[in-house]
Amino acid sequence: MTNLQLVFPEIFLSLSIMFLLILGVFKKNSSKIIQNLSLVVLLVTAVITFNETIGIKEVKLFNNSIIIDYLSSLMKIVTLLATFLVLIISSNYLRTFKIFKIEYPILVLSSVLGMMIMINSNDLIVFYMGLELQSLALYVLATFNRDQIKSSEAGLKYFVLSALSSGLLLYGCSLIYGFTGSTNFNVIANQLGSSEYAITFGIVFILVGLAFKISAVPFHMWAPDVYEGSPTSVTLFFTMVPKVAALTVFIRFLYVAFLNLIDQWQMILIFLSIASMLFGAIAAIGQTNLKRLAAYSSIGHVGYALAGVATGTNEGMQSSVIYIIIYIIMNLGLFSCLLMMKRENQYYEKIEDLSGLSKNHPMLALSLMIILFSLAGIPPLAGFFAKFYVFKSVIEQSMYFLAIVGLLSTVVAAFYYLRLIKIMYFDKEKEKYDTDHGLWLKFSLTFSTLLILVYFIFPSQLIEVVSRINII
Amino acid sequence: MNFPILSSLILLPTVGAFFLFFTRGNKKNNFTVKYVALFTSFVNFLLSIYLWILFDHTTSEFQFVEQRIWIKDFINYKVGVDGISILFILLTTFITPLCILSVNNSIKERLSEFLIAVLIMESFMIGVFCSLDLVIFYLFFEAGLIPMFLIIGIWGGARRVYSAFKFFLYTLLGSVLMLVAIITIYWLTGTTDVIELYSLGIETKYQNLLWLAFFSSFAVKTPMWPVHTWLPDAHVEAPTAGSVLLAAILLKMAGYGFIRFSLGLFPAASEVFTPLIYTLSVIAIIFTSFIALMQEDMKKLIAYSSVAHMGYVTLGIFTIQQQGIEGSIIQMISHGLVSAALFLCVGVVYDRMHSRLINTYGGIVSIIPKYSVLFMLFTLAALGLPGTSGFVGEFLILMGAFKDNFLVAVIASIGVIIGAAYMLWLYKRVIFGKLINNDLKKMIDLNRSESIILTSLAIPTLFFGFYPDPLINTIEVSISDLIETYNFRLASKI
Repeated sequence: MTNLQLVFPEIFLSLSIMFLLILGVFKKNSSKIIQNLSLVVLLVTAVITFNETIGIKEVKLFNNSIIIDYLSSLMKIVTLLATFLVLIISSNYLRTFKIFKIEYPILVLSSVLGMMIMINSNDLIVFYMGLELQSLALYVLATFNRDQIKSSEAGLKYFVLSALSSGLLLYGCSLIYGFTGSTNFNVIANQLGSSEYAITFGIVFILVGLAFKISAVPFHMWAPDVYEGSPTSVTLFFTMVPKVAALTVFIRFLYVAFLNLIDQWQMILIFLSIASMLFGAIAAIGQTNLKRLAAYSSIGHVGYALAGVATGTNEGMQSSVIYIIIYIIMNLGLFSCLLMMKRENQYYEKIEDLSGLSKNHPMLALSLMIILFSLAGIPPLAGFFAKFYVFKSVIEQSMYFLAIVGLLSTVVAAFYYLRLIKIMYFDKEKEKYDTDHGLWLKFSLTFSTLLILVYFIFPSQLIEVVSRINII
Repeated sequence: MNFPILSSLILLPTVGAFFLFFTRGNKKNNFTVKYVALFTSFVNFLLSIYLWILFDHTTSEFQFVEQRIWIKDFINYKVGVDGISILFILLTTFITPLCILSVNNSIKERLSEFLIAVLIMESFMIGVFCSLDLVIFYLFFEAGLIPMFLIIGIWGGARRVYSAFKFFLYTLLGSVLMLVAIITIYWLTGTTDVIELYSLGIETKYQNLLWLAFFSSFAVKTPMWPVHTWLPDAHVEAPTAGSVLLAAILLKMAGYGFIRFSLGLFPAASEVFTPLIYTLSVIAIIFTSFIALMQEDMKKLIAYSSVAHMGYVTLGIFTIQQQGIEGSIIQMISHGLVSAALFLCVGVVYDRMHSRLINTYGGIVSIIPKYSVLFMLFTLAALGLPGTSGFVGEFLILMGAFKDNFLVAVIASIGVIIGAAYMLWLYKRVIFGKLINNDLKKMIDLNRSESIILTSLAIPTLFFGFYPDPLINTIEVSISDLIETYNFRLASKI
C-alpha cells in the first residue's frame, strides 16, 4: 500500500481512541485529562486531514472501496471542527449533571470515526460499517444521563427505530448487490440499465434508511423525542454532526452510483424535501420545549439541504454543502444560548423561560435574535444566503414547484422563530440566569453570531471553498 | 467621482448605530445617545443634499455608480442614482432626523436600542433606493423587516405583538415570490444587473409571470387593496416615530419598485396588467376613503388615507404618461412629508392625553393654537389644496389619467372629494367644536422640538406646492426616457 498516508487521519483517530480508553481505565479521575486529550486529538486529526488530503483530486484505496477526494476531505474537516466545538462547550453541562465521565469524549470520538468512514466510503459495505459504528456510539450517548428516565427513553427509542432503518438499508443494499453483482459505487454505476426497476427498489430502501438517519419527513418520528430526552450537549451533537456525514453519503450514493437513474430518485428526493420543509415549519409552531423546537427546525432545514441534492447537478450539491455548513454554525449558536440558560445548577429549556431575556441579558438576547432571524432566512444574515444558493440551483433546473413551496414554508417557519423573538423582546422579564459561563461557551456564541452577521460582507469565500467539489 | 458618496450614505447610519451600541445602558447616557443619532442622521442629510447639488438632471443615465465584485461571477455590489431614485433618498435622509428628534416624549425606555433600529432602518432604506442589482435590492428590501418588526413589537401599543407579526409575515409572504422571480431572471439572462437588464430586455413570454411575482411583493408593500390590512394595524400600534418611518418611506419602496422594475423590465406585462392596477387603485381610492370616513381612531384614519393616497400613486404610474409618473413621484414625496407630519401631529396630542380616539378631543383650538394652525396646514395638504405639495401630485396624476382612461380618471376624481370630506371632518371634530372634556384644558402647546419638527415639514410642503420646479426638473428627463424606452420595447416586442 503506497497510499496509506491518505487514511492516516482515520488510523490516528482509532489509535487515539484505544489509547484514551486504556488511559481512562487505568488512571483514576482522569475525565478532565481525557476530555482535553480528545480535543487535541480532534484538532490534530483535522490538521492531518487538511495536510494529507485536501490537495488530492481523487484517489481510491482498498480495492476502490474508499475514496479520498475534495468532498470527503472538506466534510471530514467540517465534522471534526464541529465536534471539537460541541465537545468543548459541553463540559459545563456534563459537570452540572455529574456525568462528566471518561466515556463521553471517547464515545464522541468513536462516532466521529464512524462518520469519517461513512464520508470516505465508495462501497455499500464500508458505508454500512461506518454507519453502524457512528450509530452505536450515538445510542449510548443519547442515554448518557442514565438517571433521567427521559434520557433512557430517548436512547431506547433511537436504538429501536435506528435499528429498523438499518435493517431496511441493509435490505436495499442486498437488493442492489443482487441485481448488479457488486457493492462498489462505480461498478454499480456501470452495471445499471439492465434491470432498472428492480434496482429502483433497492434505491428506495436505501433512501428510506438514509432519510431515517437525517430525520427527513416521513421518517422523522424519532427526532423530536430523542432530541428532547438526550442531554442538551448530545442533542447539539445530534443536530449538527451526523447530518454532515449522512448528507455526504446521500450525495455520493446518488451522484456516483445512481446518477443515470436520476428520474427514479429525483421524485423521491423532491417529496422528502417538500415534506420535511412543510412539516418542520408547521409542526414546530405548537411546541413548548426549545429542544423539541430545535428538532422540528432541524427537520425543516434538512428539507432545504435535500432540495439542493434533488437537483442532480454539481451546483445543487454544492449549495447543499453550503447550506449544511451555515446550518451548523447557526445551530451551534442556538445551542450555546440554550446552554447559557442556567440558574442554580438547573437548565431551562421551555420556551417561556426565554421571556424577557432582552432585559436581563441584552447581549445573549441580541445574539439569539440574530441567530433566529438567520434561521428564518431573513437577509442580510447568513441563513438567507444558504437558502438563496439552494433555491438558485433549484430554479436553474426549472423545479419551480419545489422552490415556491420551499419559500412559502420559510414564511411559515418565520412565524415560530418570530415567536421566540417576541417572547424574548416583548414579554415581561423573569429571574436572571447565571452569568458565569465558561470562556468557550461565550466564545462559541460570539463566534457563530459574528459569522452569521458578517457573512454577507465576504460571501465569496465559502463559495470558493465549496465550488472545488466536483464529483460528477 | 472617486469619493463613494452613495456607499457613504448607506454606511454612515450603520456606523452611527455601531457607536450607539457601545454607549448603551443607563439613563444618563440618553442625552448623548440621542445627539449622536441626531448628528449622524443630520450629516447624512447634508451628504444627500450635496449629492443633489452634484446631480446632473439633464441626463437619464445612472450617476455616482459604484461597482464592486461581491460574489464572483454572480453578483456585483452596484449602486447608483438617477432622477427617479434621488428624491427618495433625499426624503429618507430628511425624515430620519425628524423621527429621531421626535422620540423625546414618546420613547421612554430602551432609547438607544430604538435609535439603533431607526438608524439601521435608514441604511437599509437608502440601500433599497440606490441599489442597481436585483439581489442587492432584495437584500435591502427584506432586511428592513427586522428593524421595523422590532420597532413595532418592542415600543408599540397594546396590540403590538399581533401587528408586528402581521406586518412581518404579510410582507415576507409577498416578497418570497419576488426572490423566485429574481433568480429566474438571472437564469434567463445571466445577470441581475439592472442597467444590463434594461438594455437586454426580457422575453415577452416570461414577462407576465415575472411581473406578477414582483407585483405580489410590491402590492403588499404599497399597500394595495385587498392586501392593505396589515397597514392600519401596523400604523396604529407602532410608536409615532415608527409610524412616520412606515408611512413616509417604507411605503415608497413599492412605488419606486413599480417604476424601476415593473415598468422598466416588463413593459409588455405592464401593458397587460394595467387594467388590473387601475381597478385595484380605484377601489383603493374610493373604498378606503369611505373606510377612513368611519374611523374613530385618528391614526387609523390617517393609515387608511395613506392607502387611498397610494392608490393615486399606482394609478399614476401605470398611466405611462409623463404627467402621470411625475405626479406619482411628487405625490409620494408629498405624502412622505404630509403623512409624516400628520402622524407626528397625532403623536403630539397622544403624548399629552394618551388617547388617539377622535371623540376624546374637540374644541382644542383655543388651548393649543400653534398646534391647530400647523395641523390645519397638513390637513389641507393631505386633501390636496392648491398651494400645497399634495395638490401638485394629485393634479398631475389625474391629468395623466384623463389622457389614458377617462372613466378611471373620473372615478378617481370623486375620491378627491371624499378625501376632503374625511380630512376636514377629522379636523373639525378634533380642533373645533365645544370643549367638553375638561382634561384638555391642561394641554400645553407645542414645545420647541415639536415646533422645529412640524415647521421643517411645513416648509417643503408649502414650498413645493407653490414651486414644484426643483422636483420636476430632477425627475423629468429620467421619466421621459423611461417612457420612451417603454414604448420602444413595446413596439419592438422585447
